[in-house]
Amino acid sequence: MLKEPEVHNRSKLYRKILLIRKFEERLLELFKEGVLFGTTHTCIGQEASAVSVIEHLKDGDLVVSNHRCHGHYLARTNDSVGLLSEIMGKKEGPCQGRGGSQHLCKNGFYSNGVQGNIFPVAAGMAHAEKLKRSGNIVVVFIGDGTFGEGVLYETLNLVSLWNVPLLTVVENNRYAQSTSIKNNFAGNFSSRISGFNISFGEVESNDVEELSSRFFDIIEGMRMREKPHVEVIHTYRLGPHSTTEYGRSLDEVEDWKKRDPLKILEHRLMKSEVNEIRQLVKNELQNAEKKVKQF
Amino acid sequence: MRYVESLNAALHTLMKEDETVLVLGQDIVDPYGGAFKVTKGLSTNFPGRVMATPISEAGITGFATGLAMNGFKPVLEIMFGDFISLCADQIINGASKFHWMYGEQFKVPLVIRTPMGGYAGFGPTHSQSLESLFLAVPGINIVAPSSYHNPGELLRATILGMGIPTLFIENKVLYPEQLKTVDTTGRIGNFFFERINKSNKSFSTVSLKVEKEEKADITLISYGGVTLLAVEAALNLFIEEEIKVEILIPSIIKPIPIQDFLESVKESGRVVIVEEGVKTGGYGAEVASEISERVFDYLEKPIFRVGAKDFPIPSSKELERSFLPNQSDIESAIKGLL
Repeated sequence: MLKEPEVHNRSKLYRKILLIRKFEERLLELFKEGVLFGTTHTCIGQEASAVSVIEHLKDGDLVVSNHRCHGHYLARTNDSVGLLSEIMGKKEGPCQGRGGSQHLCKNGFYSNGVQGNIFPVAAGMAHAEKLKRSGNIVVVFIGDGTFGEGVLYETLNLVSLWNVPLLTVVENNRYAQSTSIKNNFAGNFSSRISGFNISFGEVESNDVEELSSRFFDIIEGMRMREKPHVEVIHTYRLGPHSTTEYGRSLDEVEDWKKRDPLKILEHRLMKSEVNEIRQLVKNELQNAEKKVKQF
Repeated sequence: MRYVESLNAALHTLMKEDETVLVLGQDIVDPYGGAFKVTKGLSTNFPGRVMATPISEAGITGFATGLAMNGFKPVLEIMFGDFISLCADQIINGASKFHWMYGEQFKVPLVIRTPMGGYAGFGPTHSQSLESLFLAVPGINIVAPSSYHNPGELLRATILGMGIPTLFIENKVLYPEQLKTVDTTGRIGNFFFERINKSNKSFSTVSLKVEKEEKADITLISYGGVTLLAVEAALNLFIEEEIKVEILIPSIIKPIPIQDFLESVKESGRVVIVEEGVKTGGYGAEVASEISERVFDYLEKPIFRVGAKDFPIPSSKELERSFLPNQSDIESAIKGLL
């Protein structure tokens, strides 16, 4: 039997993952309807990493993300109205529609669209927190594809040398756009990071509860030690890189759908609870869309 | 006081006054004190606020940007201006965009100091003047003091007052130069000195004229280290041929302080622009367009540009002299317009 607070937290985690999933799915529909301008990158299938890390952050901690940033943004801010406004180019968006899908900024959340570009910036922000003796940390999300960028290694060297409290969460979704990690990544994550003498861990999981307890320990440890840590989550992007799918085998995608983070949690929740949360999220997103379309 | 001493003194004063000023760069700590000694003594006086970095220009540019976005005023030294190419993504896709792209939620008071320039035999990858590449990057400023300005004062105004990422371009040949001082007659050497502040209060343009009240035959616009040659050329032409040149030396090159130039241009109707970087796609091209768009009807002749030739800067002394602008290039350009 699970204790009451754990059950409560489980439904909370489920609500967060579902909100991200349904937001992203609706976004792809809005694209097809021609409502959105430009492009977007959804995180369908990778929601557990965003939610499991960010739930342990305090006010004052900073979150830095990449082109695939909607999940991180929603997990941090819960601001579906702001996110949709920004993506729809409305002046009510957090960046007044200037940033759009990949360039978000609100209350200590930042994302940028060039691979690795914002990684050293995150390190500088973390160092600033250390100089201010705030006790805050900075979490930066990168992907497997970012490991092709040289500035990543420059920055890993800096954060190790200077004991910068930067938590790097690598979401290995196994594809850099259309190119499989098998074709663009020599060696392995562990040996690349260990060369910098940075604390490192890796886990293959889409289970938000498993990840959450793992990141609870990692983040608490970081706050004590004030040193960097790199954690790789081996996951999978169930949706397309951008707005259309190409190149991957259907069998592979189907296989990973069995490990869909939503399904993992649904098996552990009561059906009535799942239905209740589904209705709540549906209403929330419908209201958000209605509101944004009136802007 | 020498140019380098002025910069060094300004950094010492600022670090004392403002605890949020941090200095980062390669080889900047004592006893070495930086490749050109601009940072000498800082690490001794302000330990913990002066960071000697690895040779990672992109990484440290991003790192300094992050500090600037989170409460500090970092001053980053890039040892040679040529290496600014390694910082380019961080400047172009990062620092320069964060203020406006994110909806103007915060400022980014990042200052990148770097020495540009040749005439020293450092060869193709240590002699360039690459700042004009960044004229096409919105969201940054570029300051480039000459020895006719007070570089320390300009550095102070840049660090405290800009609030947007700024390239602070120093010129290698200027480091040992004594700063020019105005005598009791209002002159520097043979030239009457005047400050023009029509465009920007803190970053004035210097005007040098041989005859104070008379209109000049030519307006010569130049910045940075090559101003030394421009002044020599103007003086020589006055002595030998009584040609009266008004030299305008801006301290800020982006945004272009165009209002500081127009009055002189309207008077003379003839303009030469001298820069050390390559002429193609350079500062002169931009200034010439700005002038033409505004006061074309006043021009007696086409605007003429002097700049480096479109080749890598050679190491050999003789070759370098013939590829970079020299005094006779400038004199020919002036005479060509009369």
